[in-house]
Amino acid sequence: MSRDNILHRVRTALGRSAGQGVADPPPVRIRIPEVDMEQRISTMLAAIEALAGKTHRAATPADARGFVAAAIEGKTAVASNAPYLAECGIASLPGVRSGITDREELRGLCAAADVGITSADYALADTGSLVMIAGPHEARLVSLLPPAHIAVVPRERILTGIDELLTVLPNPADVTSSMVLITGPSRTADIEQILVRGVHGPGQITVVVVG
Amino acid sequence: MGNRVSLFITCIVDQLFPKVGMDMAGVLERLGYEVDFPESQTCCGQPAFNTGYRDEARIMARHFLDTFESSECIVAPSGSCTSMVAHHYAELFQKEPETLARVHSLEKRIWEFSTFLTEVAGVDDVGARLDDVVTFHDSCHGLRELGIKDGPRRLLARVRGLELREMQPAEECCGFGGTFAVKFAELSGAMARTKIDAILRTGANTVVSLDLSCLMQIQGALSRAGLKVRTMHLAEVLASR
Amino acid sequence: MSVEFDRKIHNTLADANLQLAIYAATGRLKDKRSETVTPDALPDYQELRTQANAIKKHTIENLDYYLEEFERNVEAHGGKVVYAKDGTEVADFVLALAKDRGARLIVKSKSMTTEEVDLNERLEHHGLEAVETDLGEFIVQLAHERPYHIVAPALHMTRYEVADLFTKRLHVPRETVIEKQTAIARKVLREKFLAADIGISGANFLVAGSGAVVLIENEGNIRLTTSAPKIHIAIAGIEKMIPRAQDLATFLKLLGRSGTGQLLTVYTSFLSGPRRSGETDGPDEFYVVLLDNGRTRLLPDRGTRQSLYCIRCGACLNACPVYRKIGGHSFPWVYSGPIGAIITPQFMGISHEPALPFASSLCGACAEVCPVKIDIPKVLLELRSDVKKAEVREKRNRLEKLAFRAYAWLMTHPRLYEMAGRLAASAAPPDSSGWIRGVPAPMNIGPLRAWLSQRDLPPAPARSFREMWRRR
Repeated sequence: MSRDNILHRVRTALGRSAGQGVADPPPVRIRIPEVDMEQRISTMLAAIEALAGKTHRAATPADARGFVAAAIEGKTAVASNAPYLAECGIASLPGVRSGITDREELRGLCAAADVGITSADYALADTGSLVMIAGPHEARLVSLLPPAHIAVVPRERILTGIDELLTVLPNPADVTSSMVLITGPSRTADIEQILVRGVHGPGQITVVVVG
Repeated sequence: MGNRVSLFITCIVDQLFPKVGMDMAGVLERLGYEVDFPESQTCCGQPAFNTGYRDEARIMARHFLDTFESSECIVAPSGSCTSMVAHHYAELFQKEPETLARVHSLEKRIWEFSTFLTEVAGVDDVGARLDDVVTFHDSCHGLRELGIKDGPRRLLARVRGLELREMQPAEECCGFGGTFAVKFAELSGAMARTKIDAILRTGANTVVSLDLSCLMQIQGALSRAGLKVRTMHLAEVLASR
Repeated sequence: MSVEFDRKIHNTLADANLQLAIYAATGRLKDKRSETVTPDALPDYQELRTQANAIKKHTIENLDYYLEEFERNVEAHGGKVVYAKDGTEVADFVLALAKDRGARLIVKSKSMTTEEVDLNERLEHHGLEAVETDLGEFIVQLAHERPYHIVAPALHMTRYEVADLFTKRLHVPRETVIEKQTAIARKVLREKFLAADIGISGANFLVAGSGAVVLIENEGNIRLTTSAPKIHIAIAGIEKMIPRAQDLATFLKLLGRSGTGQLLTVYTSFLSGPRRSGETDGPDEFYVVLLDNGRTRLLPDRGTRQSLYCIRCGACLNACPVYRKIGGHSFPWVYSGPIGAIITPQFMGISHEPALPFASSLCGACAEVCPVKIDIPKVLLELRSDVKKAEVREKRNRLEKLAFRAYAWLMTHPRLYEMAGRLAASAAPPDSSGWIRGVPAPMNIGPLRAWLSQRDLPPAPARSFREMWRRR
């Protein structure tokens, strides 16, 4: 049985026995900088723009709604089931399909839609990343299949960076089968090292920070 | 530290570039050091070690240890040979504690020439003069194993009449690599030619380095290409008046 | 060295266009990396490297413990772990699963581990369609070639070659604009993603404490591969293990920067099992295949098992003056560059290509950029020693051994060494200002001939240093 063979080989090679414990690993290295919210927001927006993403600061949820309505004018959109989108009134915008819980239906809509609209569980200021945790509120394909992605995030969810994320959520496996950090639009330079955006994931990403 | 140094001249200087050795000795003497040359020295064993012949390398290492047993301070005009002694001898004698102890003592006593000048003698200015435009090649062992980068540049900056121009890209291997140069000759030659391109882009007349193996590779390729750029060891530059 | 190895090197050196492509592409990646790890850009860079090395060292030293912890956690989240000793077992597992589920179409994301075991070939041999979805891998798959570089698989191809390839294999009108070529690939592959029965990925990291696989990418094909089909299989070498999710705070700061000069790649996925109740999409089944394939072979050696720390960033390739001349296809196995030069003999045995550890000038540029501080030159030197010991045992290359023995003997007899030097000098033309272009035919053999094939020789001086010293 390969499992036992391989484990046995590993143990023999290392001079360890079955069931033997381990000394502590090197202590985890986490350094969370002190950064106030305004600074976080401006760092994050700058980081996203440096990656050719678009950004918008909305003073209020209503403002966010207005921005998104204009952005999706004349386009088909699918929105995730994030409560925050409902709160902003975005899920109910004309042209937006939302509230889908059937996998096949969702996949079909995402494959056909021009825009996918989500919130985000967290955002990371230093890298300009969105943290998407799969759950009843956020399905995986909404931020992946449509060629454009709009994320609407309340400011409180912006963390300084990955160190803070892994402090707030030391083990993502506790809460989800999929946590994805999204840092800018999809891209490749595989042909002659020339940069092209929107290979498989969205080529256009817009982050709206509310508050 | 006293004012006596022993020269580890290296087999390549001894047999092919003796002037470099004389120049190095001259610079040291002018700085007030008493210089001796332990005659039984030959080779540090690096070619054998790098080619995988560790037993043979050990034989030469033991001879080296004996030769320099009583030398308080050893100076060598080579980054790679110094590194062989200072970093790799210990690997050879992991299973011989007594010899290993002697190696550890030796490690503290051996210096690459430019490092000796800047760290031990504590000088930048040795009174040299050379009217020329030069570029400096960082030999890999010196750079990465001994951490030599600024020292030679500080010394060159004090040479009267000398203009130093940096290569771009910098810090790329010249392609010598010991037996690599002959086992993978075509590849080694291609690397040398890339190095020459970088040299030519500086417009310098002279390439300076602290390793003759590199200079042999670079000069050999320059000469083959019919180019007028010349090479000089740092010791030769510093001995110029 | 083997004729094959020599020939491939020669052909690559002789191809002027390829030389430019390799040098430019690696130069660009090298420069981008440099910008992101300066003391200003990342003050903690050296500390992070030390930490990463320490974490990997600890994990490898206790690998069995972490393998079992990983397995427990994967199963706790509804997934399954399968161990495979080699490529055959990997293929057998995938084929059996595919057969049982009636699966025909497989989408794959970039995985050097699956290249290592020729998985696609094996699957195709049994009538499955296995499509590479990373753009560069998709291209080399169409061309029936191996990836050229860990991070840039199609580095060696021009847009015109891609155009020809797409026309020939995808039956589309010839298109040479790169953006449009990308759009063609996107369209073709999207259909595959949405129709595929199984998605196969590799793993950048396996997180023991979470039972998770971590995957990084820029395109989005990994997310699609692992989210659209109903079955996800992640295949990874056992050495990819790290203890805790929080260790990613160290590794993720190093991986993107080292590989491509990005702070983070566009997508970083942390996947721990099939979709959970309440999740609308994601796979229903999740498998992690843990591959040995020679890794346990190098575990016993404390000095050289550090090769297993590799996180496959590609920084060593971009820094290596040898790789930048001979490219990925000169290497005998799927892994190229400095890391390939050490793990190929370590996983496959030194007789696979005995010359490989010698194809290096030992410049150390690789060790300088390695984010997990693998001392590649040290491992190369150990492998060289292993090769020579094997030659002695097998009574091969006796002339070289004899020559080095003689040289060592000579060097312990200073007077004889001196005499030999004088003899050699007298055989050379008298000291002139010119370097030596050639030597008489009888002398033009072996190392001398090899040297002279590329450069001139220094003239022999009239006197050696020790002679000059005596005359002072």
